[in-house]
Amino acid sequence: MKSAVITFPGINRERDMMMALEATTGIKPISVWHAEATLPDVDLVVVPGGFSYGDYLRCGAIAARSPIMADIKAKVLKGLKVLGVCNGFQIITEAGLLPGALVRNAGLKFVCREVRLKVENTNTYFTNKMAKGQIISCPVAHGEGNYICDAETLKELEGEGRVVFRYAEGSNPNGALNDIAGIVNAKGNVIGMMPHPENMIEPLHGKQDCLALFESLLAA
Amino acid sequence: MTKLGSDVTITPEIVAAHGLKPDEYQRFLSLLGRTPTITELGICSAMWNEHCSYKSSKKWLKQLHTKGKRVLIGPGENAGVIDIDDGQAIVFKMESHNHPSFIEPYQGSATGVGGILRDVFTMGARPIAALNALRFGSPDHPKTRHLVSGVVAGVGGYGNSFGVPTIGGEVNFHESYNGNILVNAMAVGIADKDKLFLSKAQGVGLPVVYLGAKTGRDGIHGATMASAEFDDKAEEKRPTVQVGDPFTEKCLLEACLELMASGAVIAIQDMGAAGLTSSAVEMGAKSDLGIELDLDKVPCREEGMTAYEMMLSESQERMLMVLRPELEKQAEAIFHKWGLDFAIIGKTTNTLRFVIKHEGEVKADLPIKQMGDLAPEYDRPWVEPKKLPFLTDVPAPADLKAAIMKIMGSPDMCSRRWVWEQYDSLIGSNTAQIPGGDAGVMRVGPNKAIAVSTDVTPRYVQADPFEGGKQAVAETWRNLTCVGADPIAITDNLNFGNPEKPEIMGQIVMALKGIDAACRALDYPVVSGNVSLYNETNGQAILPTPAIGGVGLLKDLSKMTTKHFKTAGDVILLVGGHGTHLGQSIYLREIFGREEGAPPPVDLAVEKKHGDFIRRLINSRSLTAVHDISDGGLVTAVIEMALPSNLGAVLDDVDYVALFAEDQARYVITATPENAAKILESEMPVQKIGTVNASPTITIGKIEITIADLRQVHEDWFPKYMAG
Repeated sequence: MKSAVITFPGINRERDMMMALEATTGIKPISVWHAEATLPDVDLVVVPGGFSYGDYLRCGAIAARSPIMADIKAKVLKGLKVLGVCNGFQIITEAGLLPGALVRNAGLKFVCREVRLKVENTNTYFTNKMAKGQIISCPVAHGEGNYICDAETLKELEGEGRVVFRYAEGSNPNGALNDIAGIVNAKGNVIGMMPHPENMIEPLHGKQDCLALFESLLAA
Repeated sequence: MTKLGSDVTITPEIVAAHGLKPDEYQRFLSLLGRTPTITELGICSAMWNEHCSYKSSKKWLKQLHTKGKRVLIGPGENAGVIDIDDGQAIVFKMESHNHPSFIEPYQGSATGVGGILRDVFTMGARPIAALNALRFGSPDHPKTRHLVSGVVAGVGGYGNSFGVPTIGGEVNFHESYNGNILVNAMAVGIADKDKLFLSKAQGVGLPVVYLGAKTGRDGIHGATMASAEFDDKAEEKRPTVQVGDPFTEKCLLEACLELMASGAVIAIQDMGAAGLTSSAVEMGAKSDLGIELDLDKVPCREEGMTAYEMMLSESQERMLMVLRPELEKQAEAIFHKWGLDFAIIGKTTNTLRFVIKHEGEVKADLPIKQMGDLAPEYDRPWVEPKKLPFLTDVPAPADLKAAIMKIMGSPDMCSRRWVWEQYDSLIGSNTAQIPGGDAGVMRVGPNKAIAVSTDVTPRYVQADPFEGGKQAVAETWRNLTCVGADPIAITDNLNFGNPEKPEIMGQIVMALKGIDAACRALDYPVVSGNVSLYNETNGQAILPTPAIGGVGLLKDLSKMTTKHFKTAGDVILLVGGHGTHLGQSIYLREIFGREEGAPPPVDLAVEKKHGDFIRRLINSRSLTAVHDISDGGLVTAVIEMALPSNLGAVLDDVDYVALFAEDQARYVITATPENAAKILESEMPVQKIGTVNASPTITIGKIEITIADLRQVHEDWFPKYMAG
């Protein structure tokens, strides 16, 4: 499985993601600079976490207008798989690839801690190796992960089973609507999530609960 | 050459406002042989203040133990460097940002973090860990909550966005910090040991290049402000506080590392305190070169900036470099890719003069060595503080269980989770121990890691600066030992009051002597550091606070130990015997409101013997948990081992002195019954004091306390206080 990791100025978890992809897929991902106009020939594009452009305007808003995003959007229509994590989720949401928005945490503070996630949809390229209803551990590290959307969108997301991950009971770190931690687009090829699966895949990380997510990519 | 431009008449008032004492100004006048321009006066003020010149402490700093077989670069560069084998080097330093953080807590602490990160990557290292040692006033002081909230948000705001994991630190409260908080930030980076960069340049006529963010009118005279006492008007100094931009710093990091890899960099110096002045003077003075700058070329954020303002601005995220002329274009392209300014603003000369030109005029022409490494140096009078007596009259608690609960839920002993959950401790995917343990641990190779810890017990230093200085070093050494690391070297951040007072100078001298004694005895040299003096408000000094940051190496990460209990039935052992010292203890302060007596003395030979013993046990995989005994004594140590595990402990029925004494060089360890039996046969002072219990309660004789109750008081204090 060939993958590319996009780097914008201010992105800072690209190295974590590249390490995780290489360790789990066995293939070194291609690093792509945001100013490029075209993506290399890959099966998966990952938009990693960080603080693109310092989050100075609205988180993800400036990066969403980078040159590379036009090609990503065009190829998503043809079925390209995209995973956005944390700031990456914010960026692809700002780019219109996913509905809703991510706003300031309800507690108004940055939160870095391990949370429990409930796997709600195993019918995606990123969760097919997991069991529906399974609870996994995964760390979060963000200040703006509070997912919001309008009532109609929420009804759609829930009705179509597009909430992929939900913070398990008592675990919601940011006040997200319906405890939403990750969602998928209608076509099923774009996933965004706030938690960081790349930080929980090896014994050093304490748990390896998120290894299954990367193994799902290989099976997809 | 045009004549020296100066449109301001220098009066004694202007000299005084620049923090120069009359004798210092006389010295400056005789150096120049004429009246200085205002720009020259500003430059002199910036270079000769305490913060940049170390004029009160230099004499004593020079005597510190700084050599060791792993020391690659000791004090004097942007940061210290140690060898960790396999061609790798660790670059680290700690630095204060106390005064700015009191005036403007968010930006003050954020730029403190930014400054120390720059010191580390200036040397060619990628920052891999950050720590911070924070001290605030009494929790019931009206400003404390606001300052804690702002400082923690600032530290996190900068480090999280820059992308460095914050993996350790300290937070303490004491009324002596009511008007003068301490914000000490430490950064640790990794580099190839043959690819380190220094501020020393060689060659005349080479381009001096300005890189990074633009220069604005922020932070003018920050270093001078940091070298004076505060009064009630401290907040009027807000304009001297810089504003941080972690996004630009992240871009600057990536651009600098890319530029260094390209081979274009000859010398590099970050612009920290006293900005362009300090970086250029230090670079020239160290290299025995003159430097000539043309300020018309400096990228400015604001219009109409004068030479004076440009030379004294402390705008952040800026670097000064000397580059290979033939690689200039390539260097410029790298900086433009990252959206940063790149401007050739001057050249190196063979005149040993620091020449500043602006708008066709020479604004300054100064002897560079005398501004830099030949700045004034003082041997200030000092008096040795009186020794306090060993306390013999500390009573038993009326209710032992209540006393334990009170201590575990006290501001200085409760959980710091509220603080460290605001810091990204996981970025980089290499964190092996997050905050909350004895030391932060960071993987640096397939099965290799470094451990880091910051420590000092200011109340001990106040009571006995010599023993307190020793204790601060020993405690970091012990904390590194607890996770299985070999302690290698330290950085120190010396926070004291006004050195012109002989009793304060006495604290400085004796604490440094104590630090030095510990460094020599433990083969644990000082490789970098920072001095922050004049930490006083309205004449009231802070507790003397020489914060120590220690770094150690775990050659085999798989042997790393943690402090929490692992398995019921494990035997709990005490190394170092039961204690007898309650002077300056947490028990005495929290239960009886007394800060009295001599602190526990530190026997460095015993410290070394016990620490080496613990490391031998860890290396033979004989232990299941390790924790040192410090604040709060034995009972606190055992509870801290139980809290994260949900296992309890049945302890021998010992008296309150044994439970709360803070005697040094002691550890609590656990081992399987088989291993414990073997350990008990050793010649070392080790004894069984209890057993890990499946039931989540702590039992001491007739007293039983549930882990749930302890956890509640331990976890509740901070969030409740901050919400209040």
